[in-house]
Amino acid sequence: MTPSALAPVSAQKPHPAPRLTPPWIAADVSARQITDEVMRPLVSRPGAAWLASFAVALLALAVGVASVAYEVSTGVGVWGLNKTVGWAFDITNFVFWVGIGHAGTLISAILLLLRQQWRTSISRSAEAMTIFAVLCAAVFPLIHMGRPWLAFWVIPYPNARGPLWVNFRSPLLWDVFAINTYLTISLVFWYLGMIPDFATLRDRTAAGSRRLVYSLLSLGWNGSARTWSRYETATTILAGLATPLVISVHTIVSMDFATSVLPGWHATIFPPYFVAGAVFSGFGMVLTLLIVTRTVMQLEHYITLRHLEVMAKVMLLTGSIVGFAYATEFFNAWYGGNVYERYAFVNRATGPYAWCFWIMVGCNVTAPQLIWIRRVRRNVAALFVLSILVNVGMWFERFVIIVTSLHRSYLPSSWTMYQPTLIEVGTLIGSFGLFFTCFLAFIRVLPMIAMWEVKAGTGHAAEPTHE
Amino acid sequence: MSEQAFAPEYLVALFDDPRRLVSAVRAVRARGLRVYDVYTPHPVHHLDDAMGLTRSRLPLATLAGGVLGLVSALALELYVSVYDWPLNVGGKPDNSMLAFIPIAFELTILCAGLATVAALLLRCRLFPTPHARVVVAAATDDQFALVLRWRHTAFDPQVERLLYDQGARDVSRKAIAR
Repeated sequence: MTPSALAPVSAQKPHPAPRLTPPWIAADVSARQITDEVMRPLVSRPGAAWLASFAVALLALAVGVASVAYEVSTGVGVWGLNKTVGWAFDITNFVFWVGIGHAGTLISAILLLLRQQWRTSISRSAEAMTIFAVLCAAVFPLIHMGRPWLAFWVIPYPNARGPLWVNFRSPLLWDVFAINTYLTISLVFWYLGMIPDFATLRDRTAAGSRRLVYSLLSLGWNGSARTWSRYETATTILAGLATPLVISVHTIVSMDFATSVLPGWHATIFPPYFVAGAVFSGFGMVLTLLIVTRTVMQLEHYITLRHLEVMAKVMLLTGSIVGFAYATEFFNAWYGGNVYERYAFVNRATGPYAWCFWIMVGCNVTAPQLIWIRRVRRNVAALFVLSILVNVGMWFERFVIIVTSLHRSYLPSSWTMYQPTLIEVGTLIGSFGLFFTCFLAFIRVLPMIAMWEVKAGTGHAAEPTHE
Repeated sequence: MSEQAFAPEYLVALFDDPRRLVSAVRAVRARGLRVYDVYTPHPVHHLDDAMGLTRSRLPLATLAGGVLGLVSALALELYVSVYDWPLNVGGKPDNSMLAFIPIAFELTILCAGLATVAALLLRCRLFPTPHARVVVAAATDDQFALVLRWRHTAFDPQVERLLYDQGARDVSRKAIAR
């Protein structure tokens, strides 16, 4: 320590030149104001918009519960599956929901490592979205088992059934490990990020049961700089672990298909193609959720138009990668000279499910190209419509990959059509109900914006972030 | 001077601006005084350096957890597939090492992540408690607190003066429940 450290503040080494871009959140927002505004939804009575949304979400969830109850009590035969298409709606929904989750991890982990400031005000809700989406995804393999109460059989442990072990060579078992690891690490990361915020809530809440809950959740956090130092190390490590993890999860999901010999599935492009699609659909869902949430919860100056614009750009990039992957698949089918592979793609674009294919192309490849236009990506209504289209398109992508490849493969005598039954549609509606019920509850009981991260990023608080 | 009488005595200086806090920490340490702790609502740049905190050893816990996860996953997969229940799946060898990699990778990440968090919580003594040891309640909101301890530093008027000179908004003596 040099004696010059005793000099008054103004004599400190000159601060670096201010960044050319303005801060993500207006500098005149004080730390106290951030706490107040993030706490407001937790302490105020819910508004009519929230109550109405929650009622709709619960209704959808009820439809799902009824559909699943009927399916489990009767048998998987109530679905429209047949011996040719043994996998359809359920696995489509599974891949769709797992993919949604990926944007959350991308925002919270990869953008943390890249020191992207804009992630701070959206990371918490994106992580919540990840967890709820993975929960929704996990429902589908469970109910497809037919006897979900025996689901623990997929866990390898010494047992009285032989011992009968699991098959470690199966991508479906890899999925079990990938999804559970992903869910666990995401939950831990999410909770770890909330500990300082729980402490803030605890210290701002009068004694009572609410304060007790915050106390227990905050793990005795008191803002000690020594704790912060280790905490930052730990979050960086976790982000570093979550980054390869999130890529591995959708890679493994894609291997459910790619390791088979089915034309249309058996392709080495699948892992990167699926990961890009996952991020694409995830950002679509993040945009949908945040556009609604910022309006309903009046958080427009935390989740600004600039935030939406940046997310739209990620959507444009990943959407273009997905479009490129579609084109590559078609090129390989033609160039590879395999008649079965070629037919799978001709059938995809012109066969009985061609309408699904063209919805997919329209929503995933064509529509996002509008984001190139500045007026479109700065228009909240346009972004909302685009984000919905991306969700629809990505759902259809999975349906197209799965069903069009299965329903006409090598043996024309086995060719058949698949149609979902009402029970399957009800289960899909139910998964949306589960997702939105969880998300709506989340924005009312947990701080949906990472207060400490936003405070660290506002102009008031700290030096410009640079290394 | 009996330590008993003064053990709970702390000198708490509150700052509004983290930059002033950092320079105050530097100034206090330059005077040869020991900083008991600093409480902030968010991590502050250059504070680690100013306080002289060394790099955390948490990555060792990550490594240990990762190695444990990797070794136990591969051991389980080999034991099950080669020794306990060799199963002919499509003519693949019992020891299908390549096919064992994805699960080994997942368990490596899982154990490394959980070990890191467990080590963090243990080292920082973070556990569910109804009675958090809160030194400055406002330090979880918008205040930055620099705390000195009697046991380390006999407080003289000059120390308080130094803290005010460094831009402290308020300097007070305080007993903190243990």
